[in-house]
Amino acid sequence: MSKSLSSATTNRHYLFDRIFRYTTLLFAFLVFALLAGIIASLIIGSIPAIKEFGIGFVYSAEWNPVTEKFGALVPIVGTLVTSIIALAIGIPVSFGIALFLTEMSPPWLRRPLGTAIELLAGIPSIIYGMWGLFVFAPVFAEYVQPWLKATFGDSQLIGFLFEGAPMGIGILTAGIILAIMVIPFIAAVMRDVFEIVPPLLKESAYGLGATTWEVAWNVVLPYTKIGVVGGIMLGLGRALGETMAVTFVIGNAHKLHTSLFMPGNSIASALANEFTEADGELYTSSLIELGLILFFITFVVLASSKILLSQLKKREGKVT
Amino acid sequence: MPHSQAKPPKVTVRDLNFYYGKFHALKNINLEIPEKQVTAFIGPSGCGKSTLLRTFNRMYQLYPGQEAKGEILMDGANILDKKQDLNILRAKMGMVFQKPTPFPMSIFDNVAFGVKLYDSLSRRELAERVEWALRKAALWDEVKDKLGQGGTSLSGGQQQRLCIARSIAVKPEVVLLDEPASALDPISTARIEELIFELKEDYTIAIVTHNMQQAARVSDYTAYMYLGELIEFGDTDTIFTTPKQKATEDYITGKFG
Amino acid sequence: MLSIYTRRRIINFFNLTASMLAMAFGLFWLAWILFTLVQKGLGGISIALFTQMTPPPGSAGGLLNAIAGSAVMATLATLIGTPIGIMAGTYLAEFGQRGWLAPTTRFINDILLSAPSIVIGLFIYTVYVAKVGHFSGWAGILALSLIVIPVVVRTTEDMLRLVPDSLREAAAALGAPQWKVVTLVTWRASKAGMVTGVLLAVARISGETAPLLFTALNNQFWSADMNKPMANLPVVIFQFAMSPYEDWQKLAWAGALLITIGVLGLNIAARIMFRKNSSLN
Repeated sequence: MSKSLSSATTNRHYLFDRIFRYTTLLFAFLVFALLAGIIASLIIGSIPAIKEFGIGFVYSAEWNPVTEKFGALVPIVGTLVTSIIALAIGIPVSFGIALFLTEMSPPWLRRPLGTAIELLAGIPSIIYGMWGLFVFAPVFAEYVQPWLKATFGDSQLIGFLFEGAPMGIGILTAGIILAIMVIPFIAAVMRDVFEIVPPLLKESAYGLGATTWEVAWNVVLPYTKIGVVGGIMLGLGRALGETMAVTFVIGNAHKLHTSLFMPGNSIASALANEFTEADGELYTSSLIELGLILFFITFVVLASSKILLSQLKKREGKVT
Repeated sequence: MPHSQAKPPKVTVRDLNFYYGKFHALKNINLEIPEKQVTAFIGPSGCGKSTLLRTFNRMYQLYPGQEAKGEILMDGANILDKKQDLNILRAKMGMVFQKPTPFPMSIFDNVAFGVKLYDSLSRRELAERVEWALRKAALWDEVKDKLGQGGTSLSGGQQQRLCIARSIAVKPEVVLLDEPASALDPISTARIEELIFELKEDYTIAIVTHNMQQAARVSDYTAYMYLGELIEFGDTDTIFTTPKQKATEDYITGKFG
Repeated sequence: MLSIYTRRRIINFFNLTASMLAMAFGLFWLAWILFTLVQKGLGGISIALFTQMTPPPGSAGGLLNAIAGSAVMATLATLIGTPIGIMAGTYLAEFGQRGWLAPTTRFINDILLSAPSIVIGLFIYTVYVAKVGHFSGWAGILALSLIVIPVVVRTTEDMLRLVPDSLREAAAALGAPQWKVVTLVTWRASKAGMVTGVLLAVARISGETAPLLFTALNNQFWSADMNKPMANLPVVIFQFAMSPYEDWQKLAWAGALLITIGVLGLNIAARIMFRKNSSLN
């Protein structure tokens, strides 16, 4: 017996064990190094712009390649405003979809409908952009924008948001297209976290005579609120960094407007439009600093979403 | 009676303590497992019987934070020694688990898996070894025409016998059975028990079970454990008829557990 | 008493109807987008699309160089990214119980998974394109493989974690060294799931445009030279769609239809693959 268990064989095993383990470790470390590399390269790339403009870069609205004066306010505001619009539309719709899929849909419809929503997430963003520009924007300009203007335009409170000619493209259109894009992401997370609510909890509420809506609003939502917020942050992360869909429809104007009908710019679309044409170190560097700011914002958002979702997982572990 | 004459111990446990992190799971265990006999470990859930079995092949080392202190001697050598080669130890100590664990490969490859790790056999020798192991496990007649099929295509009882064939194909010296029949139906259980009886001709067997009738049927020696301690150890007849400890008697007569 | 109950009923009815409308709202966009693609793109699908190069404005042509370029870049990026992703995912699932590297890497990987892809393009631009001085197919491949890696890491880890520990123990109990346990048993047990992950990664990069803008750029002609700018479907679609020429726009819609069919097809294939696998166990 022992003769076949020669030490040569086992030594080889241990050698391979070590090689294998360190190879996998090396690649895990590579992923780690990748993030460090991205941050480092963006910082190094933006040094000229940081030196030139300092902190003023963030709040200056000027963007003039001719005089080489650059400020990031317009794209930052555009990025944030379009994302806020996307969430304002996306959150209630996603909640409705998740509620429908988990509580109302007949079982045989659940999977096809769920898949359809997930397919919406699979469509490449450039398709959303083209569709937004050539199909959605004209319809929007002809029917929806005049209506918005007529309804809210005279309002003292929010009328300023709907000033200007209905052109179809602009901040609002970009926000709506983004909403369509983030709905599947948020809805998928919401559905997943709604599914982990213990049936017993729901049944005891139904047992008290609660309606489906009351169970969803008073039992399911509070129980999963951390996960829901995590899902929303994930959607926000998507919306902030989305490039192609926004680039087509936002209008690409480095101007600050109060009206949502007016064209604007987002960080990602400024990069997409101008980066390859940028001449001069300062111009390029300013664009890279824009990228750094974008990365920083999404990093914070995604990291908080990760932390929230992992907290939910921890609690789930405790409950079950 | 097979145990009328004392056999030399194959495995000797001395002052064994085991910790899951801070939890003290085994407390000062001392016992001797005789060669080519069946030794059963019984006791209520959480008493440490499976933990004890898993120290014999140091399976606990797969997980961080688990630690064994003391000595376990196999043929006089301490297997808890750091210098003990883990893979060789495990090749000598076959183990069969609670639930069948067929690998995602063909029936033949399942049995050949362990053999190929240490022996470089020719194709024909390998085929012979596989057949030998499957015959030993009383599975050969059922699977000889479908050796190329996946191991998961078998029934639960067949899968468990495949796992037994897989561990004896390596020609271990000791076979550790961790509740091998707890997930099986009564007929499959009976076949496994017959098998255990035949296997002790060649192997030293340690079996963990929570089924006392099973322990009484298959084992020569029985150890009763409770809360990480070895309460009583002796030949099975004595343990089941005239236990020395009140606790053992209570458990066996069903007053407790 | 009745009035409270009636009010609750009405609220319930109203909100559930709203939820149903939300579902319809979601499906509505999917249907509208797909309808547009078929309506505008189907007319452009022809033999010429697959046999001719992208034309100069005003003349007829196809998308051959763009399709080929996309295929080559997606294939190479997958070939580079997959092994890295599988190895890193294996580390996280099999060796990552102790130490700081595994949890940190897992966290970072999830960030990379949803990081803006345009930033990935920017990264490759600064570390590669700017250094060598020109756009190239290789730069595009690198950028795409950086998108593949996190997807594969994530699915590999998830799939390996689904393999029960008892299977690992059973292999270890036979005296198998850990690398054999992993390569012969756990990898094999999660093969279908890992393939699913790779398919999803391919689907993702097939439609990616942003990271290619500063890396592969585009090429009007056929190019087999990876060191030159390389034609690819998404960027061609972008440029042609934004152009004022009708011929180009028509090609862009045909390309958009192609790419969507491809990406959704891969998504569905991945789902079927995964479902088959999970029903086996």
